[in-house]
Amino acid sequence: MQATRYVMGLGAALMLSGAVNAGATLDAVKSKGFVQCGVSTGLPGFSSADDKGRFTGIDVDMCRAVAAAIFGDAEKVKYNPLTAKERFTALQSGEIDMLPRNTTWTYTRDTSLGLNFTGVNYYDGQGFLVTKNLGVKSALEMDGASFCIQAGTTTELNLADYFRSNKMNYTPITFDTSDQTIKAFEAGRCDALTSDQSQLYALRIKLSDPKSAVVLPEVISKEPLGPVVRQGDDEWFNIVKWSLYAMVNAEELGVTSANVDEMKAGSADPNVRRLLGVEGVKGEWMGLPDDWGYNIIKQVGNYGEAFDRNVGAGSALGIARGLNALWSKGGLQYAPPIR
Amino acid sequence: MTTHVPHPDLPPPSTSIGAIAWLRANLFSSWLNSLLTLGAAYLLYLTIPPLVQWALIDADWFGDSREACESGGACWVFVGVRMNQFMYGLYPETEYWRINLAAILLVLLMVPLFIKRFPWKRWLVPFVLFGYPVIAFMLFSGGVFGLEYVETSRWGGLTLTLILSSVGMAASLPLGILLALGRRSDMPIVKSVSVVIIEFWRGVPLITVLFMSSVMLPLFLPEGTHFDKLLRAMIGIALFQSAYMAEVVRSGLQAIPKGQYEAAQALGLSYWQSMGLIILPQALKLVIPGIVNTFIALFKDTTLVLIIGLFDMLAMIQAALADPNWLGYAIEGLSFAALVYWVFCFSMSRYSLSLERKLHTGHTR
Repeated sequence: MQATRYVMGLGAALMLSGAVNAGATLDAVKSKGFVQCGVSTGLPGFSSADDKGRFTGIDVDMCRAVAAAIFGDAEKVKYNPLTAKERFTALQSGEIDMLPRNTTWTYTRDTSLGLNFTGVNYYDGQGFLVTKNLGVKSALEMDGASFCIQAGTTTELNLADYFRSNKMNYTPITFDTSDQTIKAFEAGRCDALTSDQSQLYALRIKLSDPKSAVVLPEVISKEPLGPVVRQGDDEWFNIVKWSLYAMVNAEELGVTSANVDEMKAGSADPNVRRLLGVEGVKGEWMGLPDDWGYNIIKQVGNYGEAFDRNVGAGSALGIARGLNALWSKGGLQYAPPIR
Repeated sequence: MTTHVPHPDLPPPSTSIGAIAWLRANLFSSWLNSLLTLGAAYLLYLTIPPLVQWALIDADWFGDSREACESGGACWVFVGVRMNQFMYGLYPETEYWRINLAAILLVLLMVPLFIKRFPWKRWLVPFVLFGYPVIAFMLFSGGVFGLEYVETSRWGGLTLTLILSSVGMAASLPLGILLALGRRSDMPIVKSVSVVIIEFWRGVPLITVLFMSSVMLPLFLPEGTHFDKLLRAMIGIALFQSAYMAEVVRSGLQAIPKGQYEAAQALGLSYWQSMGLIILPQALKLVIPGIVNTFIALFKDTTLVLIIGLFDMLAMIQAALADPNWLGYAIEGLSFAALVYWVFCFSMSRYSLSLERKLHTGHTR
């Protein structure tokens, strides 16, 4: 892994020596007419192709929001499905313009790869899936329990740390793939299954009776996932960053894709009017049309809508908002104001 | 006087003809065989009825959503709904006809090759090898003659599997033959270059080759140069397989007696004439099983492109399994993949057998 990091760093250095000019990405995107977006090859709720071959998911909606902001058309996106290993290279080499691919924001990645994280579109964290009849309410009640884990992931490490710091014992039972892990859990080989929470909800659907298991509310690790862009192009960085902030602000202000036209025409709230580009702020500060915010909300929806549609109550996954609720509702989603 | 009428032949004893005899000879010839037969029958009894029950009797065949799968058997609805994607990948739906047209064209071009006395064969073969790929590429990729441009990242499914494997086969056989001849050459530079190429490509796993081509190569190219990922993978697969092919062909060359080489020289044939007319036709015929072996391995190896984010059929199935609306149907999807791969590989091996019979000239021992 260490070696990989050096190689990646070397790659980053090579890329940076090519000196990305501010605004270069936006100009390139405008001239080719679409946003080239790196997404996951398939992660339920984040990016997956539906029956018609259209990509959907909360990560995909980030790409669509940026396209809506630039072109006023959320469909002007081309997707590069990337594996975990090639994602950074694809961004560094300029193959893609942005990378919303359930990528955890860490110090190493932010500082050593020549990349920048633009924000957090999903706060994930390692959690626990337990059967209902176990009657457990918190991980702290699980001293001596056995856990099904997928081998070779940081999950294993986090679990060990958590149990050691709480002076509890546990038995790990490791498997190669997530499918094997959930099968073992279903067969009763372990008391609980641990993985990132967003994964747990997807795994739960695979149970023959999904309602028989619950995801415990607490998390034992921080996995903030967010879109990534190349370092050195601040204008592009701003566009991706504020596309997400516009969605979060819209939810906070109660602007949805359904009422955005009404709000644009009739709202007296200056915050709404600035968000939708009616007064006050100028889109040209980012090189965009003034109604960039309106286009995002109209075509993609606010953050709450995107969450609900892809991973939340309106989707098959049914993930609770939890950490991803607005700051005003006990979560962490907080966006600087548009003014 | 009475004529002697021979007694009509008695039928053979019932234990030496028909089903009973066959059973006795093949299944119960000794106590060990009887035991094995009974054991195997019990295993079949354990596995086949539940399998049939799951895959056919209890299965759900029709519908368009998860709700159609209620019976507890296999949910083939999932495969049915996704069939287009398994076949065409993420290719735009309105452009499927281009892939179909290319496939039909290929079949039409191939059929005459199987007709023994087709007159224009000598023109058709080069056309299939060199002309057809250009036409197929223009059809798939578009951007010419008013066809919509479809970037290679949207190619996928069985189409991509077939493209990768046919390009691999078409490139690796001639390259392999050249490398094999090079390795047996007397010219030191040609020989050492061939040996280095063969040993290098045989010494690295395919997964490494693909990975290098997709992750490392872009870092060393100047910024702004985009070298298509699919093309990189194709070149990797072709070079990798030609190293294996070279060794298969070399084994055939070594099996040809020295007298054949000397006879060719005695006739005054040049090196290329003697190779093309005398040695290679014999050598290649000998190594058909080896060549087909390599082809089958290549066909299955193409699934490795999923680690570099290309959607061949298996990767497409895995991607479909990540759709939140269809979580949990991995067995159905993977069974379908197994069936398709088996059909292709089995047909290849049957074709190789028939080719061996056709080219059989009485030299086999």
